Amino acid sequence: MKIIVLMKQVANKDAILRINRDATWIEEGDLSFEVNESDGYALEESLRLKEKHGGEVVVCTMGAQRAKSVIKDALARGADRAIHVVKDDLLNLTPYAGAKILAEAIRGEQPDLVMTGLQSDDNGFAQTGVILAELLGLPHATIVIEVDASGEQLRVKRELESGWYQWYTMPKPALLTIQSGISQIRYATLKGIMAAKKKEIKEVAPAATDPAAPSQRVTKVYFPQKTKQTQFLGDGNAKAGAAQLAEKLRSEARVF
Amino acid sequence: MPNGIIIFTEHRDGAFNKASFEAVAAGQQLGATLGQPVSAVVLSADANVAQGLADYKLDRVVSVENAKLSEYTPDGYADALESAVRALDPAYVLMPHTYLVRDFAPKLAARFGKDVISDCVRASVDGGAVTFSRRIFLGKIDADVVESMPVEVGEVRMKPEAPFQEVKAAVDLSKAEVIVAIGRGIKGQDNIQLAQQLADALGAELAASRPICDAGWLPIDRQIGSSGQTVAPKLYVALGISGAIQHLVGMKNARTIVAVNKDPEAPIFDIADYGIVGDLFEVVPTLVEEIKKLKG
Ligand SMILES: Cc1cc2nc3c(=O)[nH]c(=O)nc-3n(C[C@H](O)[C@H](O)[C@H](O)COP(=O)(O)OP(=O)(O)OC[C@H]3O[C@@H](n4cnc5c(N)ncnc54)[C@H](O)[C@@H]3O)c2cc1C
Repeated sequence: MKIIVLMKQVANKDAILRINRDATWIEEGDLSFEVNESDGYALEESLRLKEKHGGEVVVCTMGAQRAKSVIKDALARGADRAIHVVKDDLLNLTPYAGAKILAEAIRGEQPDLVMTGLQSDDNGFAQTGVILAELLGLPHATIVIEVDASGEQLRVKRELESGWYQWYTMPKPALLTIQSGISQIRYATLKGIMAAKKKEIKEVAPAATDPAAPSQRVTKVYFPQKTKQTQFLGDGNAKAGAAQLAEKLRSEARVF
Repeated sequence: MPNGIIIFTEHRDGAFNKASFEAVAAGQQLGATLGQPVSAVVLSADANVAQGLADYKLDRVVSVENAKLSEYTPDGYADALESAVRALDPAYVLMPHTYLVRDFAPKLAARFGKDVISDCVRASVDGGAVTFSRRIFLGKIDADVVESMPVEVGEVRMKPEAPFQEVKAAVDLSKAEVIVAIGRGIKGQDNIQLAQQLADALGAELAASRPICDAGWLPIDRQIGSSGQTVAPKLYVALGISGAIQHLVGMKNARTIVAVNKDPEAPIFDIADYGIVGDLFEVVPTLVEEIKKLKG
């Protein structure tokens, strides 16, 4: 089974975000980056499927050269090779335009399965995978929390709201967007890191996108307006804040 | 010329969900501002389902019908709505941001060479141009007529089984009066005992955001949020939780919300009554001590 797993590099979750001068995006200069959370789970699930059913796992990343760290890490964990669509600026790329570029980058691979995370932690469009499936003519399922690839058809468990689930059956090839928590993510071993050095990373240029105006464009980014009057306690002093909070919980909130 | 607004409404066996009414309200508001007609579309195998919207004030309710729409599939819904959108030729298609919509809407948009502006919280109109702010909306509305539109649905490749819940949750957090919840800020499984001490001092149940349950540090039946439990305790203490919308929907109705987070911009503070900007590992031990003192 040939599995292509799409992985995106995003700003580190613990980063304190600041808005850039033009208010068009965040200030990226001093940020560190990491792999998008659910993409890490998509890779893990792909590796497990390969271990069970044989085949190959190909990582595909679109992004600047710094995104190589995502690829190298995936190869160290056990992916077999990688496709890097080198594109410096993803900022004004709509989900449709991005999916189009990715579709052209992987179309020739004829995968049995395409796996993505269910959304990126930065833009959070939650669309790239589904649009990609449509462009490649594949059936898809989103928010997938379990995959059974042992039969002729794929059987996948989808998460619904409020603790409900549902199984779907569909033919292969297919595209799945993976929910975080589907399995426990392995660490790269030293052996894996050494082996990764010999693995192929193919760089490709992005296919030309439509010159037509994009269907959506970010005009401004800003911190949300606060809607609730929060009483901030301690004024930077954690211990003082804790003491005040205990008192408020008793006298105002009356929880004890 | 495309004109008007159509609103996709979601139902299960004829019962519309709350998010759909929120989308109707948003559509109604946008329609009023733009001076455009507003219609709702209902996908179903059964014409009667659309009657559920008859009392809402809409220009029309279109019942999009095909036997293959008796249960949800992304192939079936995308085909049906594509036909409806081409026939009605609206300027805007509005949808509630639910898990079901996330599953098919990008596919539908792709058929028009477009994508979705997902997770909207606001639409503002300036000289006929609409600017959408992303995240979600709230409100209420009404309708008049129902018309029927049979549509073609092509091959449906995915076969759904009946939805189910995992074995009954061992803990029912919806009954808890006080909840201490931990997020990724707790850093390691070993640190959970610190939160447990606070829970003990307050007589609280322990709960968590998704990443904690994903990592297996706490069982999934302690997860709060859109995929987990929805709670409304007297007191909810959020330790090292950023406040993503999927978490907030599960706990925003708590009577008193306390947030401890070292990031002053964390969205959890937007709904907190009391906030401490600081390191939870400094705050919690003192808090436990002080509560014990006050309790005597
Ligand atoms: C379809 C879908 C369903 C989902 N369902 C759920 C759900 O049911 N429940 C849920 O919770 N999430 C859910 N999520 C995930 C959600 O989007 C967030 O990713 C998640 O809630 C983040 O958890 P967190 O706040 O613990 O982690 P983070 O967002 O990483 O936040 C950690 C916070 O801890 C703070 N912090 C770090 N160290 C310290 C310290 N020492 N002291 C104080 N503060 C510190 C940081 O400043 C940060 O704000 C879902 C997502 C999707 C896409």
